[in-house]
Amino acid sequence: MRNLLGHIGRIGYQAKDTSLDFFRDITGLFYLTRATLYCTFIEPLRGKPNKWGPVWTQMEEVGVKSTAIVFLVSFLIGVILAFQSAYQMAQLGALDYVGALVGVAVIRELGPLMTALVMAGRVGASFTAEMGTMKVSDEILALETMALNPVKFLITPRFIALLIMLPCLTVMADVMGILGGYLVGVTTLGIDSAPYIDNSLEAMKVKDVVTGLIKSSVFAVIIVMVGSYMAFIIEGGAEKVGQNTRTSVVISMILIIIADLLFTSIFYFLT
Amino acid sequence: MIQIRHLYKSFGEGDKKTVVLEDFNADFERGKITSIIGGSGSGKSTILKHLIGAYKPDSGQIIIDGEDITKMNAEGMNRVRKKFGIMFQSGALFNSLTVEENVALPLREHTDLNESTIRIMVKMKLEMVGLRGAEHLKPAQLSGGMIKRIALARAIGLDPKIVFYDEPSAGLDPISIGVIDKLIMDLSRKMWITSVVVTHEIPSAMRISDKIIMLFKGKIIAQGSPQELNNSSDPRVIQFIKGDPDGPIPFSKSQKDYGEELKEMSAN
Repeated sequence: MRNLLGHIGRIGYQAKDTSLDFFRDITGLFYLTRATLYCTFIEPLRGKPNKWGPVWTQMEEVGVKSTAIVFLVSFLIGVILAFQSAYQMAQLGALDYVGALVGVAVIRELGPLMTALVMAGRVGASFTAEMGTMKVSDEILALETMALNPVKFLITPRFIALLIMLPCLTVMADVMGILGGYLVGVTTLGIDSAPYIDNSLEAMKVKDVVTGLIKSSVFAVIIVMVGSYMAFIIEGGAEKVGQNTRTSVVISMILIIIADLLFTSIFYFLT
Repeated sequence: MIQIRHLYKSFGEGDKKTVVLEDFNADFERGKITSIIGGSGSGKSTILKHLIGAYKPDSGQIIIDGEDITKMNAEGMNRVRKKFGIMFQSGALFNSLTVEENVALPLREHTDLNESTIRIMVKMKLEMVGLRGAEHLKPAQLSGGMIKRIALARAIGLDPKIVFYDEPSAGLDPISIGVIDKLIMDLSRKMWITSVVVTHEIPSAMRISDKIIMLFKGKIIAQGSPQELNNSSDPRVIQFIKGDPDGPIPFSKSQKDYGEELKEMSAN
């Protein structure tokens, strides 16, 4: 009996520690996000303009170099969606509506989500690994002692770059996904080109694209902030860099899906 | 130039609390080289991190150039930080930037100098550390000694009044140590820079220092000129200078009694 109570007590104690850590991380993430927003948007108004050189570099790094993988993934998603929906739609005798389904699913949901998930893996991981290594080798401390704000120097360029590039990539992913569905629909599923296009255009609204883009900018904030926070809390050595890189990708993916749910339900009730 | 008064610092909470510094006092004079020496875990790096504002003390004052940095906000701290440079143990050069960009970084960020002036200044700084011509190399292509020299060039970029050196000679060959020692002395004697050197390299500290502060477990056990330390009769100082493995500073770092611990293990 005493053993059991002791066991429960120990679990309770661990739960307290874990939840403390959890809340510490949440507040840390909040403060870092606030500092980043301040450095990015408010400081330039107070006479400390952002430097654009690092932003261009980061935009190429996170945006231009990600196009191939985003194109490939979204194209394949479009193809898969067309196949999967054709299978059901054919039974209803509504094969012509495959285009509408693929189009709406891609621009409302899968385009923004898949792009964000791919970027969380590609870019979020590289942010954590790169800045984490800088933290471990005292480079971030060196920045501070040179009176340079690491948030402004390291996070702000990445933040601006991803905030611009993720919506751009999402638009491209939308186009590629629709193209993938169209090609399969017309060549393999035996749908005529004209009704496919007509039905698609009729079903898709500009509003859908806009909500997708709003979501993708929220995803961009999540990827950058989680990636940077996980890097900035690293203490110790290479082992911790690896651990935190993994955690950063997992957490950004989870947060992206939660944010997706939140925004989807908000848009659902608003419209 | 720098005064430390009644500095207290401990890490951890509750049972795990370890007091690192207890009522620590020290003075660092203008234009002089002061070395802080002591074994690993003696608290010397903690003092350095307080001086550069990376740690906040539990209580006490650190006065740099007449200003108490322990009560400063971020803006004030940044103003003070422009007065000093620091050379990290690992160099802490930015690996993504070339040598030239590394040395130019503080100049580009904190001055309004135009590009050609900055290039000339970078060349001057590199010439001072004897590495003119290495501008276009990346830190990964440099040897350990060269990295430290570049780090020094970057530290003196804004012509600081104070330069902190964290283990300047750790992991270097004797000739590179000699080079770094010469650079530290040149900067101090010719440019009137106050130098604070944290090291455990006794011969090098004896060569360059005007004053040596010896630490043991967060307390000063001796301070004075190298001569005075050499003539010290304190057995701990003698042991440290000679490098004996055992003596008043014990060989074993364990807190518990060996016999007690073995008995406990067999009882379980």
